[in-house]
Amino acid sequence: MPEQPYTTVIGLEVHVQLATQSKLFCRCSTQFGAEPNTQTCPVCTGLPGTLPVMNAHAFELSLQTAIALNCDIPGFTKWDRKQYYYPDLPKGYQISQFDLPMSDDGYLEIADPKDRFEPKRVRILRAHLEEDAGKSVHDEAAGKADSEIDLNRTGTPLLEIVSEPDMRSSLEARAFLQELKLLLTYIGVSDCNMQEGSLRVDANVNLHLEKDSEKVATPIVEIKNMNSFRAVERAIDYEAKRQYDEWQETGRRLGESPKQTRGWDDAAGVTRGQRSKEESSDYRYFPDPDLMPVTTTAEQVEAVRAALPELPAGLRQRLGDDYSLGHYDADVLVNQGRPVVDYYLTAADASGDPKLTCNWVTQEVLRELKDKEITIEQFGVSAERLAGLVKGIDSGAIPGPRGREVFTTMLADDCDAQEATSKLGIEQVDESELVALCQKLVDANPKIVADVKAGKQQAVGALIGQAKAQNPNVDPGRVREICLELAQQS
Amino acid sequence: MAITRETVEKVALLARLKLSETELEKMTEQMGQIVGYVDQLSEVDTEGVEPMAHAVEVTNVFAEDVVAESLPREQALSNAPSSNERGYLVPAVLGD
Ligand SMILES: [Zn+2]
Repeated sequence: MPEQPYTTVIGLEVHVQLATQSKLFCRCSTQFGAEPNTQTCPVCTGLPGTLPVMNAHAFELSLQTAIALNCDIPGFTKWDRKQYYYPDLPKGYQISQFDLPMSDDGYLEIADPKDRFEPKRVRILRAHLEEDAGKSVHDEAAGKADSEIDLNRTGTPLLEIVSEPDMRSSLEARAFLQELKLLLTYIGVSDCNMQEGSLRVDANVNLHLEKDSEKVATPIVEIKNMNSFRAVERAIDYEAKRQYDEWQETGRRLGESPKQTRGWDDAAGVTRGQRSKEESSDYRYFPDPDLMPVTTTAEQVEAVRAALPELPAGLRQRLGDDYSLGHYDADVLVNQGRPVVDYYLTAADASGDPKLTCNWVTQEVLRELKDKEITIEQFGVSAERLAGLVKGIDSGAIPGPRGREVFTTMLADDCDAQEATSKLGIEQVDESELVALCQKLVDANPKIVADVKAGKQQAVGALIGQAKAQNPNVDPGRVREICLELAQQS
Repeated sequence: MAITRETVEKVALLARLKLSETELEKMTEQMGQIVGYVDQLSEVDTEGVEPMAHAVEVTNVFAEDVVAESLPREQALSNAPSSNERGYLVPAVLGD
């Protein structure tokens, strides 16, 4: 990466829809994609006289996530009303958390398997539980004057995860999001579907630079409307350059203009200024008198921690320690999600060769899944059968170069490695047979022998080709060794 | 804390209320009285008293995560000043 005259400073705010059946404060369904306004009730449409009651499962999922993010869980938490007017917010306030969030002070570790940045710990400022708003649809094409409001999403539980401004490049921001998404998927607290809005990201970006050997910062800009991790990456890169240009033009520093909100236009590849947000003090937060505070004991926190599944970071570590996999391989496997990891673990345990098993899984198996657009559960070669293939290669029963044919046959004919091997007529070539074949070739090709003797070792390649033509089961590496030796001796 | 006309104007703006001149004056006076009344509490000595986060001494009220029936759409939309058969209609919301 070219050296830039500035450091990009990035903090992220991630909203995650929690995978509950019903909403946060009422029992309407949270199912995505229903007909507009068919999943609402007096509570989530904010009718007078209704009483919200906290969804127990939503709180549990929040706890699990916060604990997995290494957050502290205070013994006491409460909910507040964040007041603002918007057509998709029927109560005129959002039930959120202000000064006593359900968790704070955590971290998430990120690393790049390609080592493009140093591994780092991104601090989590807080994670709090709040309700989602509805959706407004404005059909500009139809030229209608009105916007249509759908309140199905209103009241869906959201966990807002706020990072400290610890990231220094769009690459780090993307790595943070990928690792967070992976973590959430491993715990199973959210489906993290960005297209359906289950995971939404806002980024706070500014620059740190030096002017006359004085450290200065540019005003912070919040970027919204990013619909993919790739969009987040592009928007941050765009915004950093834009802020640098603006800084050179205006020299404006942090604090000299109010915090700005800009929307990402993916098609145009630019951020655009949006109506500036009301000052945060204008939200006039106050404790929601309808909702009771929640207390959590240290024992409860420990019980949740103990019940958490193995998390991605720990799993990578275990694949390195117990299966001797490098960072890169461990990362590829873990990033595929738990079912692929389980497939690998079963196959590696059964084959006794973790490294070769990993090669088969990360190369042939993952390629098949990708090509056929299927999941590991739908894949035709079981972990046990893959282990059989690896064992066959290790024992020499299947010559390495023919492994792929065996694999393809296992897949096509739904059989194990042994059956595929015999179907393909693969037989182990015994050593004496191999030496005899090589001797015959050496005797028949004096020109090649002379070349080899003159130091042109690559001349032996022609003999390997002939050997394979006579017996497809021969191991080319071994043929090369034997032929070279015989040629030198003759 | 004194309630000025500017305070009332700001609160009215945030609440999306359009107040006439007369109403503004009346509200400034009335809000001043209310806040003044509540201000009497500041005379109480609260030294060493923990701030209260909630008026009711009840915690951990939860409901099970079980879906119940929602309102029929027709009924949900029936009180809206303006709606079509699918949704609430409001003056155009542009952008975000
Ligand atoms: Zn509802």
